[in-house]
Amino acid sequence: MVYLTRKAEFAASHYYHNPEFTAEENRRVFGKCNNPNGHGHNYTLEVTVKGEVDPRSGFVVDLRQLKEVLNREVLDAMDHRFLNKEVPEFYTRIPTTENLAITIWQRLVSKLPKAKLHRVRVYETPDLFVDFYGEA
Amino acid sequence: MKAYLTRRYMFSASHRLHSGAMPDEENAVIYGKCNNPYGHGHNYAIEVTVSGPVDESTGMVCNLADLDGFVRHAVLDRFDRQNLNMLAEFAAMVPTTEALSAVIYDILQRGFSHAHLEKVRIEETMMNSFEYAGGAEMRR
Repeated sequence: MVYLTRKAEFAASHYYHNPEFTAEENRRVFGKCNNPNGHGHNYTLEVTVKGEVDPRSGFVVDLRQLKEVLNREVLDAMDHRFLNKEVPEFYTRIPTTENLAITIWQRLVSKLPKAKLHRVRVYETPDLFVDFYGEA
Repeated sequence: MKAYLTRRYMFSASHRLHSGAMPDEENAVIYGKCNNPYGHGHNYAIEVTVSGPVDESTGMVCNLADLDGFVRHAVLDRFDRQNLNMLAEFAAMVPTTEALSAVIYDILQRGFSHAHLEKVRIEETMMNSFEYAGGAEMRR
């Protein structure tokens, strides 16, 4: 089994707010991130796939196809967007780094050519990242 | 759904690798430059990984403010700009980064209750790093 990781970057804005919380509760739980006008990050995404190396091509996955899926499912949808307002999953789900990793996994998992998705890692900043392995 | 959150912190400290259980010549051979009697320092980078189900009402494994607050109080305030050899934890232990990883893991394991502690990873320099997950298997 060989693991291959592809990196991508996107810039997006977001804010944290739960409509079921009071305004005071939202401020207490989410702090600065509750600012309704949003704020932004340069996100770094690492997608790791695993599989056996194809004896004919020497590839675990065709990188061009992987890039196409990443571009279509993640970058076109999220790069230079306001996540809460422009990405349907985040109309209801709070766009934390945890939920970004889960959402990106869900967008990719059934669309990948051949190789199996192993891990989605999302860096919100260089000192904060979340890993999701598809665990329930 | 279970996610793993990793937060990175920095602190600077000095240390000297020297074991009272060995004669001076053996210390010099084993620890080399790190045995210099006056000690030397590093910019340590610590990565703390915690895991747990993502809370649906907050979208979080744990509130980052709780993790940052705990690490600042229990680790950074105690270790930053210190000589590790002088700390109680290293009274009877050589402050290698292996030992430091285990010490910081134990501090978090005992005191941080907002999420499950997965592992502690420490970069002593850009060229070497150490990971400790207690007795548990490390998630890759």
